[in-house]
Parts: sequence; C-alpha cells; structure tokens
Amino acid sequence: MKNRTLTFSIFRYNPATPEIKPHMQSYQLDETTGMTVFVALNRIREEQDPSLMFDFVCRAAICGSCAMLINGKPRLACKTLTRDYGSKITLMPLPVFKLIGDLSVDTGTWFRHLSIKTRAWIHTNKEFDPKALEERMDNATALEIYEPERCIECGCCIAGCATANIREDFLGAAGLNRVARFMVDPRDHRTEQEYFEVVGSDEGVFGCYGLMACDDNCPTQLPLQWQLAFVRRKMAVAGLKR
Amino acid sequence: MSSYHTHITDVLIIGAGLAGERAAIEASSHGLNTIILSLVPPRRSHSTAAQGGMQASLGNSAMGKGDSSDIHFADTVKGSDWGCEQDVARLFCETVPIAVRQMAYWGVPWSRVVAGTKTLPDGRVIEDTKDKEGLITGRNFGGTAKWRTCYTADGTGHTMQYTIDSIVVKLGITVHDRMEAISLIHDGEKCLGVVARCLRTGKLNVYIAKATVIATGGYGRLYGASTNAVICEGTGMALAIDTGQVPLGNMEAVQFHPTGMVPVWILITEGARGDGGYLLDKNHHRFMPDYEPAKKDLASRDVVSRRMIQHMRKGLGVDSPYGPYLWLDIRHLGAKHINTNLREIANICRNFAGVDPIKELIPVRPTQHYSMGGVRTNIDGAAYGLKGLFAVGEASCWDLHGFNRLGGNSLAETVVMGMVVGKRIAEYALGATLEYSYALVEEKAKQQQERIDSLIACRHGREDVFKIRQEMEETLMDYVGIFRTGPALQTAVDRLQVLHERSKHIGLRTSGVGANPEITAALRLPGMIRLALTISYGALQRTESRGSHAREDFPKRDDANWLKRTLAYWPDGAVLPELKYEPVTITELPPGDRGYGESSASSKN
Ligand SMILES: Cc1cc2nc3c(=O)[nH]c(=O)nc-3n(C[C@H](O)[C@H](O)[C@H](O)COP(=O)(O)OP(=O)(O)OC[C@H]3O[C@@H](n4cnc5c(N)ncnc54)[C@H](O)[C@@H]3O)c2cc1C
Ligand code: SF4
Ligand code: SF4
Ligand code: FES
Repeated sequence: MKNRTLTFSIFRYNPATPEIKPHMQSYQLDETTGMTVFVALNRIREEQDPSLMFDFVCRAAICGSCAMLINGKPRLACKTLTRDYGSKITLMPLPVFKLIGDLSVDTGTWFRHLSIKTRAWIHTNKEFDPKALEERMDNATALEIYEPERCIECGCCIAGCATANIREDFLGAAGLNRVARFMVDPRDHRTEQEYFEVVGSDEGVFGCYGLMACDDNCPTQLPLQWQLAFVRRKMAVAGLKR
Repeated sequence: MSSYHTHITDVLIIGAGLAGERAAIEASSHGLNTIILSLVPPRRSHSTAAQGGMQASLGNSAMGKGDSSDIHFADTVKGSDWGCEQDVARLFCETVPIAVRQMAYWGVPWSRVVAGTKTLPDGRVIEDTKDKEGLITGRNFGGTAKWRTCYTADGTGHTMQYTIDSIVVKLGITVHDRMEAISLIHDGEKCLGVVARCLRTGKLNVYIAKATVIATGGYGRLYGASTNAVICEGTGMALAIDTGQVPLGNMEAVQFHPTGMVPVWILITEGARGDGGYLLDKNHHRFMPDYEPAKKDLASRDVVSRRMIQHMRKGLGVDSPYGPYLWLDIRHLGAKHINTNLREIANICRNFAGVDPIKELIPVRPTQHYSMGGVRTNIDGAAYGLKGLFAVGEASCWDLHGFNRLGGNSLAETVVMGMVVGKRIAEYALGATLEYSYALVEEKAKQQQERIDSLIACRHGREDVFKIRQEMEETLMDYVGIFRTGPALQTAVDRLQVLHERSKHIGLRTSGVGANPEITAALRLPGMIRLALTISYGALQRTESRGSHAREDFPKRDDANWLKRTLAYWPDGAVLPELKYEPVTITELPPGDRGYGESSASSKN
C-alpha cells in the first residue's frame, strides 16, 4: 500500500507577536502506520517548524491536555488516528478557552475556576482519625462515585456547547458532572439546598438547552446526558422546596 | 537586561503531582505560605496516569488476610535487592495504612471488599468474609506475598490526584501552572529558591523561599521508548545536580516495565497480570512458569523483564518492524471483568493499537518505566549538600526502592513521603528566617536571561536541539537497557560526552519569542544529557548485578564490594559526574536470596 501524503492546515497565532495576524498555515507529511495527530504534530515541530505550539502530556487519552478542533470537532489529538480522516486535516484551537498560542489553550485555569465555583471537594465536619479504620462503603457506591469522577477536564464538552460559547459563566456539562460526583458521595454532607446555591441558576442546570452536543463529544464517554438529567431532577425538587 | 517578577513565600514546591501537592497540604496546614509550580495544570501531572494501585497492608481482602507492615517491609527490601534504606522502608510501611485511609477520608472512591466466594482464573476458590465487607480491598501485584494493592477500578492515580488537588483548592494554596523552574538559587550553603520561566509568555520569574522542595517526578523521557508522559524529563534532578553540591543517588537503577504496548509504549498496568493475565510467546506458549515456577508472571518487574528478553533472544518473540515482542493474554478474564476493572486498558488497546483484548492478544515488550534514582535525601527528605532543599516522590532517592521498585509502592511513596517529609519541611520553615542577598538573586536571574539570549542569537553555534535529543534517546535505548555490558556502557558514555559538548552549541531556528517550544527544549537538554551520563557512568562503574541493574559481564550480586549506594555529583565545568559511594542502612533484614529471579545472592566472595 502506498503511503498517503497528508496536508495539515493549522491555525497560527502567537500573542507575543500581535503584529502577525492569526492565519492558517499548511504542512505536508508522509503518513506512517498507526499515526496519531500527536505523532504528526511532533514530527512537524521537530522536522519543519519548531515554533508550533500545542500541548501533550500523557499521549494516552488520560490527562486531558490535548483537546483541539479536528476538522471542526472537539477531539483529543493524542487518540485521533490519521487513517480515520481524509488527506486534508484542519486543526484549530478549542473555542471558549483563552488562547496561549497556535493550538494551545488554557483549559487549566478554566477548570481551576470551575472547582472553586462548585466548591468541588468533600464537605464534612468529621475529623480524620489516624488510628481508626476507614469508614465502610458499599463497593457499588464507590463505583457510582467513580463514574462521574472519570472526567479528565479536557474541555471537549465545553467547546462544543452552545451555551458555554455565549455565556462565560456557564458551568457546562463538565461542571454539572463534577457536582453530580459529590452529590452521590455519602461522605459529602452538603444538602440539596446548598447544591442549589451552586447550580440552581442559569449558570448551572437551567442554562442548559439539552441538545447534547456535550454527550457526543466526551472522549471518556461519560454518560453526560444521564448526569445532567440527574442534577436537573435533584435541583428541580430542591427549587420547589425553597 | 533582566526584568522579572519576584515572589516571596515560606515554602516553594516545584511539582504539582501527588508528592508535591501532598507536601504542600502539610506545609499549608502548618500555617505556612506555600506556592506550587508546575509545567502543567496539577491534574495533568503524570501521577494521573497511574492505573494499577497503591500498596498498603490493610489485610482486608481474602488474599490479603494476615498481612502486616512486617510482610510489606520484607517484600519491599527483597524487591529492592537489599539496595534500600531499611529505616526508611520501616517508616514507610508503618505509615501507608494511615495515608491510604486519609485519602479515603478526603474522597478517593477506593474499591471495597464485597463478601462472597469467587473463583480465581487459576481455579482457586477464595472467600471474602462479611466482617470485612465495605473496607478497602486489595489486588495482586508483582513481588508481593499478599494481595495489598489498593485501587479505584482502573484509575487509581487519577482519583488520587483529583482528590489531593481538591484539598489544595479547598485550602486555597497558590498554584502557578505552566511555570518551569530552570535553576536553583543558592549561596553554597543554603537553597534560596528558583529562577523560573513562564511557559505562557517566556518571561522569567524569581521565587524566594525558606524551604524549596523538588517534586518533579521521573526522567523516563531520556529514553526513546518510555511509558512516561512526555513531560517526564528529569528537569528537577538536573536542577539539583547542577548546583555542584547536591548528589543524585543510584541513577543507574532504571526500571523497565514488562508490558509496554508495542509500538506506542503506553503502559499496560501490572493489574492485568495481577488479575490473572499472562505472557505468551510466538507459539502461544506460556513461558514464565518455565523460568519462575513460584511467582510465574508475577515475579518482580526486573525479573520478568529480563526473562522476557532472554526468551526473545531464543528466537521465541514475534517479529515486527519495531523489533521482537511477546503477547499479553487477558482474554480468559472475560468481557465483564475487562470492561469494568480493566476498562482503561481495554480502551488503550482499542484506541492505540486497534486490538480488542477481549478477543485478541496484546503486543508487549519491556519498556523504560520508573526512576529509582534521584535527589539523594536523608530520612527527613532533606537533600544532601544544601540546607533548605528537600525532595519528594519519584524525583527523590529517599531510598525506599533501592535497585527495584515494587509496583504500587511509588503511588504509596508519594503520599507517605508528602505527609512525613511535609511535616519536616514545615518544622524547618517555621524555624528559618528569610535571608538572602539581592545581588546573588540578580546574578542568578541574569545568568538565565543570558542563556536565553544566547540561544536566540545563536551565539555559540547552530546545533539542532531535536537532533541531539534524539541521539541521546537512542544512545540510552541501545546501550543502557535491560542487559548491560562494560563495552556497551563505555560506548554510551563516549557518545553522551560528545552530545553534551554539542549541546553547548545549540542555536534556535525560530525567534524564541513567547511560549516558544524550541527554546523550552533547548534550555532543558544539556541537563538531560548530564542525567543520561550519570546513569551510564554509574552503570559502567557498578561491576555487579543488583535488581534492575543487570550486567551480563558481572551476573551476580556482589555484597562484599557493592552493598552501597552511588552518589553522583557534577562539579562546575566537569565533563563526567564525580562518583562517591555510601553504605546502605540495614537494620532488620540481612542480605539474602529474594526467592525469585536468578538467585542473585549466591556470590559469597
Ligand atoms: C504509566 C504509568 C503507570 C504507573 N502506575 C503506577 C501504579 O499503578 N502504582 C504505583 O505505585 N506507581 C505507578 N506509577 C509510578 C507513579 O505514577 C509515579 O512514580 C508517581 O506518580 C510520581 O509522582 P510524583 O508526584 O513524584 O511526580 P509527577 O506526578 O510526575 O509530578 C511531577 C510534577 O512536577 C512538575 N514539574 C516537573 N519539572 C518541573 C519544573 N522544572 N518546574 C516546575 N514543575 C515541574 C510537573 O508539572 C508535575 O506537576 C506509574 C507510572 C507510569 C509511567
Ligand atoms: S446539553 Fe447542555 S451542557 Fe450539553 S452541550 Fe447542550 S447546552 Fe451544553
Ligand atoms: S465531561 Fe468529558 S468532555 Fe467534558 S471535560 Fe470531562 S472528559 Fe472532557
Ligand atoms: S495527551 Fe493526555 S489526553 Fe491527550
């Protein structure tokens, strides 16, 4: 089989040199077997253009660093195989997040604020007793917590969400999923009313249109539709009680 | 010109992985001002990638019954091939149960004991009892007498990192992500902080602190094929050795994991074999029991990796353009088990190799995995050679792991060390005053600015950073691998010395402006090559085999001459590290046979 030559059309902009306006730049590369966008971008940087900015850490779809728009869709670049695409591939940075340069965006800061806004930690009045056995927990409950906990904060659900694209303060599917994680955790003593303060507004569940772009885009295949419905149900009940 | 921001704090932690964040929590809880620096947002640190689990002798699961810190201690010392500090191992084993329970208190959804009988893949029937139901359970990992590896389904590192980071957020600890420490500031006696470069803007920043902590993780990416994340480049260890005063311990002790997936080298966790998976050769023969009748596929990592290479040398590997490999078979565990407990592995196989492990075999080969060596510290985590400098986690050589780390002992080490050493750091910082010379700080910042300016202006030459880096990676792969010999190691040392010289003549092809990746790589590379040299040169001098360090020309462990730890220093302007040695602390368990492997203890000379 003859190897294809791929053309990558890549968004370029370096905020340190604002005089050079944002533009698209093309690079050509011979495809190799099992090539991912991670492999391709590193080869472009090392062989053709060492100024090209992008982020990878784990290169195994675990750390959530490398989301970008691949032919217009939010995807993890490290687990995107070039063989699933035509010979022309367009790469753009994720929208919504602050641009650092080229394909690199600041998802870290965005998710930091999310954790602070949703107060995403276990709220409890108990003290830790180093001499005591651990509190018991049903294994089924542990797995139920682990399910939403699996979010890798990649931002794909946010980038593809209509509300997040127009409302800067919208928590998005990742934010609501994060809240769901604490709601199902018996160690967290927050009441429904306390959660309502966090997500019972247009910033939270009531800002979501339910079109489910987030669900389709999540590379971890989190059941976001289910999690959103769960939080919405809880909050609707909590709202009635107010 | 040097213009930079200055930040002053009590405690400065370089690294936001599990070890760094756990230490930061301890320092902050003592009322100390704490700043964490990281190359990436904390939750993207390499710790997140650990899937398998963390060892703690809770003894809750059926196969963990009767476990104790004594048994964990013995496993750890044997695993280390008697290279570890036994007082450190003792402290560690006594503390892990507290650490794992604290993680539960903070929010880690550990998998729990479910009462009832189960049939293991080998036909044995075990029973988890009602009295233990709901307590933290444990799975099987290599080199352990009991099942004690605590886990959360398939994402232990992820849940631990997210949980620890949630406490960092809760406590309001300052994190400066995308901020790379590029040089330590010290006056010959005391460490005063770092010069750092912002990876968003390229600007320099100075951090002054009473206590500075290196928590930068491992150096896996010095090797061309590594399971490590791409940011694991050993930068923190390079900062330490570049002071000329702080030694790195046992850098020749490099762990290879038996099952890196071919050809992307993503890790297939030991949990796969712990849960009953096994290795096959090209004839689909299960060969490990032939070599290791007792431990089979679950001997310690160094042993399994060597047996695999040995077997492939007999022509029994599967040939491929990436070299020979072997198969990992987990099909018999069944779809249900694979899709829940080993889901992450299943995803990795499908996404990155197009293999469905429920129906197909997984191609694997031993791959660089863990750095036992690192910044040498005492039992309090204080670095040798400079006051006010500490190290924790994989970047450190505390020395819990000696010449081979047991799977599950490093996640455990990050949180135990963070807790124990964090306290010592706090005590130190509470008793210290902030004194530093402004001129010294100015000079150190200027030096770094000059390095940057020279690279941009190509003042010392036009060598290509990526080409040199690739040659370094290949040199380590080809000459400093699993089996080592004197001549090969000498070749590595010679080549690396040439590369080290060439790295002084790197010049940029780009402008180097802003978050430029070429200059980031260029600033790191010379330090990385010095690390590669300490690994190769230390390995060349150590004329014995111990744990992961396997010399074909010296196949026996030699306790008479080598029951000691290598300390590598890099004096200013040197072309090779200066090696010194120190005795290993043995308090309880005298050197003996490991009970698996190539009977390493037989040398009695
Ligand atoms: C694929 C894989 C799976 C593993 N699975 C297991 C397992 O199941 N069980 C187990 O016990 N161990 C496992 N390990 C090992 C374990 O994950 C690591 O040893 C451990 O997580 C290291 O933690 P750390 O905090 O020391 O470093 P890391 O988590 O690597 O964190 C290092 C931090 O330092 C920062 N940093 C680095 N350099 C600089 C600099 N110059 N300036 C500023 N910041 C810097 C980084 O940004 C990062 O935040 C695994 C390792 C790998 C590779
Ligand atoms: S369902 Fe809601 S959160 Fe998801 S993309 Fe649509 S508006 Fe956004
Ligand atoms: S919910 Fe899914 S898409 Fe959204 S940030 Fe988390 S992992 Fe990414
Ligand atoms: S690099 Fe970690 S998810 Fe892609």
